[in-house]
Amino acid sequence: MKRQSIDKGVHSLFLAIALFSIIFLSLIMLFLFKEGIPIFDFITVKDFLFGQYWYPTDDPADFGIFPLILGSIYVTIVSGLIAIPLGVMTAVYLAEIATPRVAEIVKPIVELMASMPSVIIGFFGMVVVAPFLQQVFNIPVGLNMFNASLMLAFMAIPTICSLCEDAIFSVPTALKEASFALGATHLETIVKVVIPASLSGICTAVILGLSRAIGETMVVLMAAGGAAMIPMSIFDPVRPLPASIAAEMAEAPFRSEHYHALFAIGIVLFVFTFLFNILADYISYRFRQTGEASL
Amino acid sequence: MGHNIKMHTKGLDFFYGDFQALENISIEFIENRVTALIGPSGCGKSTYLRCLNRMNDLIPGIRVNGLAMLEQEDIYESSVDVVSLRRRVGMVFQKPNPFPKTIFENIAYGLRVNGLKDKAKITTIVEKSLKQAAIWDEVKERLNESALGLSGGQQQRLCIARALAVDPEVLLMDEPASALDPIATQKIEELISFLSSQLTIIIVTHNMQQAARVSDKTAFFYMGKLIEMNDTDTLFTRPELKQTEDYITGRFG
Repeated sequence: MKRQSIDKGVHSLFLAIALFSIIFLSLIMLFLFKEGIPIFDFITVKDFLFGQYWYPTDDPADFGIFPLILGSIYVTIVSGLIAIPLGVMTAVYLAEIATPRVAEIVKPIVELMASMPSVIIGFFGMVVVAPFLQQVFNIPVGLNMFNASLMLAFMAIPTICSLCEDAIFSVPTALKEASFALGATHLETIVKVVIPASLSGICTAVILGLSRAIGETMVVLMAAGGAAMIPMSIFDPVRPLPASIAAEMAEAPFRSEHYHALFAIGIVLFVFTFLFNILADYISYRFRQTGEASL
Repeated sequence: MGHNIKMHTKGLDFFYGDFQALENISIEFIENRVTALIGPSGCGKSTYLRCLNRMNDLIPGIRVNGLAMLEQEDIYESSVDVVSLRRRVGMVFQKPNPFPKTIFENIAYGLRVNGLKDKAKITTIVEKSLKQAAIWDEVKERLNESALGLSGGQQQRLCIARALAVDPEVLLMDEPASALDPIATQKIEELISFLSSQLTIIIVTHNMQQAARVSDKTAFFYMGKLIEMNDTDTLFTRPELKQTEDYITGRFG
């Protein structure tokens, strides 16, 4: 009897703890929406999302976040173009080509890199990469979209690589052997059997890596240049969504229009990362297969 | 009868690191005959089978001594192209392992990696291979569906069809029916008898009745050594060695 009541007590304890974290996170979300939505008393949703000018401190102020949204999207796309091939190919190398000894050494290093504080990466972008870009490409500012994308890519690569590696490594040996036994080379086996069979894992890895990049604040704050304008070239400075919030929150008067606008940017950012995660879930579910011969 | 020797090994030793898994194995495989390899688990018969298409090459730290010949060619010679060796010596595995692709693509895969691009030709060979493996009637309506939707027995016959599609001269079968129910097993056995007129088959099996039913020659392995080899009928009715008799009558192993 006593053991059963302890059991019940433990159940309730865990329920309480779980509820606490969930309620707390929900409250943050509620707060985000409560503080963000009032901006739409001053400006329509359409003007907010697609307005071309972000001059929050002018009189009258402009609250168009289109340049910021574009900044975030461009930076994410460019960093994806860099991080996806590098991350996936590194994963293929580690899971399929490297000798076990090399993989044993390199894998933990890649995973360690994921724990690099973003402020260090941002600092590196500012101090080392910016002057380098300025010199090599002969451009006026080194803090720009390309610099930020490069730094974000290096943040996303460890995530993409280590999740991909897990997915590729879990392809059953039986499938690879079947391919070899038909006279396929190692490369053909990788391209036509191993990668298709681990595609859902690879997609999930890519999306999670990029969703980390789109929400990342410190790097874009330090390396992107911070100009709230629609970029015309890859070397133009940009001001992605998280950078705007971080840079302006301290100077926005409490409960002012500017303050509400920044929270509304937070809502937009939240919607972005939320959609990314839904997409990742959907893809891993859509292509999920079970059993020995799984895809 | 002109018995051509299709494949043979002479004094074949095999090592996993320091562990010697096979010792001095010499066997001749007659063309267009079925040879069964029997013996208790861990006796080396699967290892031996995988030496014949160099599948063991994928394992790090292995070493092979002695001779393994496909017709006149030493398959462990450094000049040998392993990829084309594996096309000539096909393999069917213990568990059905179809690719997570359509039924059609499973068969076409081997043709494509071996350089065939002509679509009409691929379609013809896919149909022919599926017919050869006695599964055409069951799958002809659903060639574009995933192979994973087939039953275990159908999957295994699909794997046999896949192996046949690249037109191998020798087919290695590693306990091809051990994961299947009796009806599917019977179908596989009928298939083996049917195929034996066209190619050389070497089959590893735990099931002694199966060896007796499908094979012309049987080799008995124990502890990495070849103990006895003879015509299947002779080996099962009048084994020369006590050890063989004990095993086939079920007194050990």
